[in-house]
Amino acid sequence: MNELVTRTLDLKGLSCPLPIVKTAKAMKELESGDLVEVFATDPGSVPDFAAWSKATGHELVEQTQDASVFRFLLRKR
Amino acid sequence: MTLETVRNEPTQEADRKLVIFAWSGDLDKVWPTLILATTAAAMGQQVTVFFTFWGLFPLVRNDVRITGENWMQRMMSTMNRGGTKHLKLSKMNFAGAGPRMMRKLARDHKVASPQELLEMALDMGVKLVPCQMTMDLLGLSRDDLIDGIADPAGATTALLDAEDATTLFI
Repeated sequence: MNELVTRTLDLKGLSCPLPIVKTAKAMKELESGDLVEVFATDPGSVPDFAAWSKATGHELVEQTQDASVFRFLLRKR
Repeated sequence: MTLETVRNEPTQEADRKLVIFAWSGDLDKVWPTLILATTAAAMGQQVTVFFTFWGLFPLVRNDVRITGENWMQRMMSTMNRGGTKHLKLSKMNFAGAGPRMMRKLARDHKVASPQELLEMALDMGVKLVPCQMTMDLLGLSRDDLIDGIADPAGATTALLDAEDATTLFI
């Protein structure tokens, strides 16, 4: 990644719907084009972030996994 | 996935509305109602929850003990205390042991409590509408209910709101 992440959210341990709700809240404070990095452990967040991206238009730029931690990189639309 | 991922365009964003008719006051139904309401708001939907019958009790302030104007309404509130912190389970309630265990499990799994979800819903602009008729029936005044909710309304308002929305009856 050569672009700077504007905000990092540590949402590890939280259950549905908190990862999405907290990410949505953080997005409101950012500018269009900003990158947000989210760390979560809820396995349901994998399909949920994809669905949320589709619903809101915020781009899911990258999704990776390290052991039980999922990392989502999102760009505000 | 890589940076080349195609940007998704949201579908009919302005049109998406969710209206939930919250009829049940059971912990295990209020919980999903508030989860769906906050999630839909996070997805950019316009959300209204219309609270009617037993569903109105979760909107009662947690510090209000007895509500009602006559002995029947007061007796009902004695047996069915309002507020998000006093909800019962629809099954396995066991005189309150069930809800206590459920809340402990939820805390352990970091599932937001109904109270937290309710506050989040208000914060995210979810419209919470108490049913005027139920308020009259149960003797609940506006002062018995939490702050930040919409003005009481009737079935017509709720149905009009629901005309072009996804609707759920919980």
